[in-house]
This record gives sequence, structure tokens and C-alpha cells, in this order.
Amino acid sequence: MFTILKLFLVFFKIGLFGFGGGIATLPMIFNDIQTFNIMSVKDFSDIVALSQITPGPIALSTATFVGFRTAGIGGSISAIIGFALPSLIIVIIVSSFFNKFKTNPIVESVLNVIRPTTIGMIFAAAFILFASSVLIKSTAGNTLFTNPQSLISIPALIIFVLALFFSAKTKINPIILMLAAGIIGAFVI
Amino acid sequence: MAKGRVGGVSDSGVLSQIFGGKEADMKQKNKLWTLFIVFLKIGTFTFGGGLVMLPLIQKEIVEKRKWIEDDEIVDIFAISQSIPGIIAINSSVFIGKKVAGIRGAIVSAFAVSLPAFLSIILIISLFSSVKDNIFVGKALRGVLAAASALIIVTSVRLAKSSIKNKFGYIISLISFLVIVVFNINAMWAIIASILIGLVTYVINRRRK
Repeated sequence: MFTILKLFLVFFKIGLFGFGGGIATLPMIFNDIQTFNIMSVKDFSDIVALSQITPGPIALSTATFVGFRTAGIGGSISAIIGFALPSLIIVIIVSSFFNKFKTNPIVESVLNVIRPTTIGMIFAAAFILFASSVLIKSTAGNTLFTNPQSLISIPALIIFVLALFFSAKTKINPIILMLAAGIIGAFVI
Repeated sequence: MAKGRVGGVSDSGVLSQIFGGKEADMKQKNKLWTLFIVFLKIGTFTFGGGLVMLPLIQKEIVEKRKWIEDDEIVDIFAISQSIPGIIAINSSVFIGKKVAGIRGAIVSAFAVSLPAFLSIILIISLFSSVKDNIFVGKALRGVLAAASALIIVTSVRLAKSSIKNKFGYIISLISFLVIVVFNINAMWAIIASILIGLVTYVINRRRK
């Protein structure tokens, strides 16, 4: 019972102070769970790798995992609730303020800069995903011009281009597109 | 299923106060149920980081159900990145609150977290070496390649509706480069934007 409460508090703290999205909070999670003394760096990086290939955002999968390893299903539930609770409270407060002050001229000029910044960030996220799926990590230095095939996975690039085409030109549901890409990827990449 | 039928309701809370009727109450329940299903779907197909949610939200919440508009998504993601917590939960709470109040916020946060929870519990109890499975790795690369394409298409659309001038495009480009090349935490980019925004406010006021 004490461990479950402690898990709640640790993840509440991470949820409260973890800025910058899921991947940015991972080092914080690793530091804070040291008090439970259950995981080595290798264990943790295995968990993160597994969290990437399971449904759901990385940080939540990792929290479930850590909770389970520490105190079973109860631990998982307590970690997830602790993690989500600060978001719930903060967003509910912020969103009611936001609607009030949206038209304030100072807030408006700040938003006029934050919006394009966010668009740039989203493109950056897309680029990083592109790089992690289409580019192949090479140990032999920069071979982009001498031997491009050793750097780019052609099948993954084709999937990327097809997805680009279908989502821009048709009304296909993104979920179906990603499922198809996953199935094709498993066989051709 | 409640799919698609609840989109046009403006404010069922007010309706239920006026009529005290069952119908408005039903509509509110339908809305919560639809929120649950939509965020369950979104949570299931978010692999990796929270921004993979963006095309799904755009399709399910903006296009299909018209609960919010393109402009608002950008605001929601901007705020979700600049406050504590992860983007997935922050943005779902934001949208849930807007669509169906505090209950909507709680339902959305719960639904978006459920797939992560269930799949991890399932994997721990069934398999021990999924991550070593080479098929899974390849499937994931296929999914991420498609996800990056989807995000690009969605953000081009969002850029058109929320960037209003050349200055905006320059800011976008700088923000992209700073994050990709220098790997800077998103929070600093937001803080810098707030400062730039304040400076532009002061300059514009002096001009007038």
C-alpha cells in the first residue's frame, strides 16, 4: 500500500514538473524511480523501446510499465492516475482563462508568434519521425552522395511518399493509412 | 453507435436547464460516449510521441464532428506544449473540456490513456520479447513513415489557416531549425516566442 501511494506521488510530481512533451520527461522518470531501486539503465531503455512499439504515447506506456514492475496492476493504475492528474487540473484551469483572455491585445500578439512556432515544432516532430523510419543509421560516415542506398530505406521512403499522396489527395482515414503502412512495412522494409 | 449524430449540438448543458428534458440529457451522454470512443481510437494509434495524435484529431474532431476548428487545434497544441504534462493528455483534456465540460475532460483523459495501459499489461503478461521481434520493428517503421507523412499534410493545412504573414513563416522556419538542428527543448522555443510576442506588441503600439 505504501509503495502504491509512493508511486502515485512520484508520478504526480513528474506530471506536475515535466515540461516539453513525453520524450523530454523520460530522463525525469528514470531519475525519480531510483528510489524504488528496481531498474537499471538497460532495463529502463528496454522499457522505452517497448513503449515505442505499443499503442499509446511513450510516457504513459513507460509509467504503466514502471508501476507494474514496482507494485503490480495497482501500481500501474496509481502511476497513470498520478501522472494524468496534474494535467487534468492545470489544463482545466488554463483553458477557462484562455477563453477569457484570447482577445486581449497582448495575449493576441503573443499568440501570433506562438502559433507559427508551434507549426514549426510540429514539422520538426514530423522530420524526426521521418528520419527515424526512412533513414538508416550508418556507422561508415557520410555516404549520402557516394552510396545513398546504404542511408535511405527505399521501401520506407515509398511508404512515406504513398502516405503523403493518399492523405493529401483523398479523404482516407489516417488510422487505416497507418495500419496499411504497418502491414506493408512488416513485409517489405 | 453515437457516431456523427452529436456534432451539431451547441450547448446541451443550457438546453437541459431550459427544458429539463430527457433529450438534452441524452445528448450530453451521447457526447461523452462519442468522446470516449474517439479518444480511445486516438490513444490506440498514437505510437511514439504525442504529436502523432495531430492528424487523428484533425480527422476525428475537426473534420468528422466539427467540434473545434483548424485554428483552435494550433492553439491547443501550442498551450499543451507550454504547460507541464505530456501533449497527449493535455490536448485531450483541452478538447474534452471544450466539447463537454469537466466531465468531458475526465472522459477524454481516461480514454486516451486506456490503450497504453491495456497494451502494456497485456504484453507483460503474454510475451517477454516483443521488442526483439524483427517483424514488429519493421511494421513500426512503416507506421512511423506514414505518420510523418500524415503530420506533414495536416500541418501544411494548419499553417495555411494560422500563419498570417511572412513574419509568421520566418518564425516557423526558425522554430523548425532550432529544434531539428540544436535539439532544443520545446519549452524554450515557447518562452522565446512569448518574449518576441511581447516585443512586437510594444513596437506595434508605438507605431500607432
